Amino acid sequence: MTLPILSLTLLSIVLVSLVKEVWKGYITLFAVLGNTVLSSYIAVIALKGHNYEEIFYGGPVFGEIPVRVDALGAWFILLMNFTTLTGILYGRKYLSHYKNHPPNITIHYSSYIAIHLTMLGIYAVQNSLVFLCVWELMAICSFFLIVFEHEKVKTIKAGINFLVQAHIGIVFLMLGFIYVHAHTGSFDFAAINLYSVTAGNAVNFILFLCFFIGFATKAGFVPFHTWLPYAHPAAPAHVSGMMSGVIIKLGIFGILKMLLLIKGNYLLLGYIILILSVISGLYGVMLAIVQHNVKKLLAYHSIENIGIIGIGIGLGCIGLGLNNSGLAFAGFAGALLHTLNHSLFKSLLFYVSGTVYQATHTMNIEKLGGLIKKMPQSATLFLVASMAICGLPPFNGFISEFLIFSGLFHGINSSYMSSSLLMIFSIVGLVTIGGLAILCFTKAFGIIFLGTQRSVYPHPVQEVEFSSLFPKYMVVILIVLIGVVPQFFLGIISTPVSLFTGEIAINTQGMEFISILQSVSVAVWGFILLTLILFGIRKWISSKIIATSPTWGCGYVAPNPKLQYTANSFVRSYRKLAKPLLMINKKETEIKSVFPEPVHVHTNPYDKIEAIFIDLPIKNLKRFMQRFRFLQNGNPQFYILYGVIFILLAIGIPLLADAVNYITGLLKQM
Amino acid sequence: MISFSLIIISSLFFSGIIIRTKCIFSGRKGPGIFQPIKDIRKLLRKGSVYSDTSSFIFKIAPTLYFSTLLTATLFIPFGDEPGLISFKGDFVFFAYLLALGKFFMIISSLDTGSSFEGMGASREALYSMLVEPAFFILMGSFALLTGHLSFYEIFSHLHFGSYISYAVGALAAFVFVIIAMIENSRMPIDDPKTHLELTMIHEVMILDNSGFDLGLILYGSSLKFAMYGAIISNFFLTRGKEWFFSVLIFAGIQLLLAVIIGAIESFMARFRMNHNPQFIFSLTSISLLIFLGVLLILGKIV
Repeated sequence: MTLPILSLTLLSIVLVSLVKEVWKGYITLFAVLGNTVLSSYIAVIALKGHNYEEIFYGGPVFGEIPVRVDALGAWFILLMNFTTLTGILYGRKYLSHYKNHPPNITIHYSSYIAIHLTMLGIYAVQNSLVFLCVWELMAICSFFLIVFEHEKVKTIKAGINFLVQAHIGIVFLMLGFIYVHAHTGSFDFAAINLYSVTAGNAVNFILFLCFFIGFATKAGFVPFHTWLPYAHPAAPAHVSGMMSGVIIKLGIFGILKMLLLIKGNYLLLGYIILILSVISGLYGVMLAIVQHNVKKLLAYHSIENIGIIGIGIGLGCIGLGLNNSGLAFAGFAGALLHTLNHSLFKSLLFYVSGTVYQATHTMNIEKLGGLIKKMPQSATLFLVASMAICGLPPFNGFISEFLIFSGLFHGINSSYMSSSLLMIFSIVGLVTIGGLAILCFTKAFGIIFLGTQRSVYPHPVQEVEFSSLFPKYMVVILIVLIGVVPQFFLGIISTPVSLFTGEIAINTQGMEFISILQSVSVAVWGFILLTLILFGIRKWISSKIIATSPTWGCGYVAPNPKLQYTANSFVRSYRKLAKPLLMINKKETEIKSVFPEPVHVHTNPYDKIEAIFIDLPIKNLKRFMQRFRFLQNGNPQFYILYGVIFILLAIGIPLLADAVNYITGLLKQM
Repeated sequence: MISFSLIIISSLFFSGIIIRTKCIFSGRKGPGIFQPIKDIRKLLRKGSVYSDTSSFIFKIAPTLYFSTLLTATLFIPFGDEPGLISFKGDFVFFAYLLALGKFFMIISSLDTGSSFEGMGASREALYSMLVEPAFFILMGSFALLTGHLSFYEIFSHLHFGSYISYAVGALAAFVFVIIAMIENSRMPIDDPKTHLELTMIHEVMILDNSGFDLGLILYGSSLKFAMYGAIISNFFLTRGKEWFFSVLIFAGIQLLLAVIIGAIESFMARFRMNHNPQFIFSLTSISLLIFLGVLLILGKIV
């Protein structure tokens, strides 16, 4: 199956660059669809428990390249395929607004096809050298996808920021893989497993930490998240959706894969992952609330959701460490389900925000408003996705958070006080994340879509055509399905979860959780039924006398859109509370003279962790490097001189070393 | 079923008793205890006025809000009887269901494009975020104490043995009373009788609602009180009592709660708005004390 996928991809990349512009979108769609069907076929079989395996010989450098899809990879392949497919379905429509940039579009479409292949590769390849190559290719493709509008300075800056940080991650991955290769001489992933069994606990810990940092940079765990809030807003909407939905999940996959391969001290790893994840979740949502750019707000929410997934993984590890199968099952199942859930609602939110952007040409929340009357379908889609991301029933986000909560409450009963305390603090963290998410999304939905229009748009706003809404409806159907029949989806993920917990846990805990989710499903249906009955009663009882009038202005009779509550004032009391933890730059002009003049207040939230971990070291590095600027004086003669000096040193130092060796040898003989 | 019907019955009296208590304390004659319900009945049959700014969100929100409350009451057990819906972790569902209702009330008040209603919405969103951890820590503590994970199992396995456990129970009941006050936007946090929109929370959110919708919201508030009263009374309904004892205890505690709320509203002034978050967050620390107390009871603190 590998060869057809490879050849289909290469063929369509060549075709995309050759054909006319109208056809490029269709070819990309066809290629993605083809790859999706082929790889989903493998994945579905693997998810049933029959691993797919193929071995290639990659010459003396690479050695044997096993391509193996297990249940874990299969789960990730399926969720990635879905979002990639809806991404291109929506992206074709999104890009039709950029007709006058044919080279951009060609590169964009080819990168899109290629990144689908590389992601499949990451999930399937089991040879570390090939894995690194595919990973690198994925990073480059995402770079091209991000810098679609490269003529904007902000976009190209965000792209380069992404590329640099992606490579810092790759360095850590490389370190890990090279370390294992140096000790085993094999590039096969199985060698990592074999090595970790024989190696000591400390070595395993360091090795895992190395991989963890590498993969966490991709996933966006705090403090490795700083590229994310720049890259997401810069990319076109469908790419942001795909990046947030599936590309950062590659990091989650990597962490899970390494947990399977490296047999370390699960309890310690679990504690570390759990604490880091709670911090990521809280920090992400805390910064999201103060953002006024819709896409940046959503980007910070990605960090929050990665935190929630991480809490699940951490819990799972603690469960393994404590031999508590209920905890382990709930943790890993919650994490895997939340990975799917986040890829659904987050891509939907990005798609709708793209639609809003193309209708109004702004992403500033304060300038939007009242869109629900002009684009009711898009608004409803955004509403559903917002409720799902807040973890509210009857949508999918609730189910995975419910699983993680169950795990946390299970974990309270552990015999160690330290883990009980950690669990209760994680519960507080997760609840606070949920509450803050509600604050954030009532703000986002309320200000963007409700009320009245706050500024003048370049052209009249109207609902987009059905072909652009169709992929969004595809996503929404899954969001609702997972919310109302969760037991079915838990059944599907029990195979990948069994890789971590073992078969026995699935038969006992898995069944129990499926029956709990059945009750959840009953409760959800009960709620839906009750709501419908109440709407019926409302229609029946309430009087037909309905009048409309302006909003009650508490006595003021000349309201205008500027009098509406704004996003900034909506979060004001929160901002004041969270002030010590946030970094908000405020520029204010004071009123000086007797007669009023125009005054401005400008607030600009900034990431405190970025200021400390990224900006400060770079500033110091720059200051240090300043000392060597005289070397780069633009004079070719000097550059030739440097070359000569380098060659002389390259020859001279070994000679010198030999001489020193010779002399020390002589001295020893004396 | 029995708990559901009891909650519905006590919700009919609840607001009336609060108002009656306040009247007695302030030396007024005051209305009968059925007056609030009569008002609600009248409202339900009245016509509505909708703002021309608002959309369908504004029309569906009150009904959805009420539906979440009604579904939430189905979870509450009654002594030996489990609620109509009961499963492990049902209190998580309960809390998130209430959050769903709040979500809709918040966006419906933003839907009117008013310069005041957003203020209430903003405060409601912040305060309900701050109060939620206390509820979860409490349930976590009881899950630890009893080793069970649903409302029914937790309450039916709750036994008070040592002095510390009485202290823990009393503290928990206190925290639940305060949570009920905050969730209903009552006195120390919000003054339902205030006349200045700038100082309102809940009242300012529903400025534009009228007719059937307003009736549902007002009745929802009584129902919420009765629901929290039922949770608190579950602390005192122990296994093996005759059902009429349980009903008496239940009614007594609902009455007591209503009188306490009336008394608090008569004798306390509302906090300054910027002191509210501290007050609400102190609940979280009290619940953490309860959690530590439970650890102490179980002898886990080493």
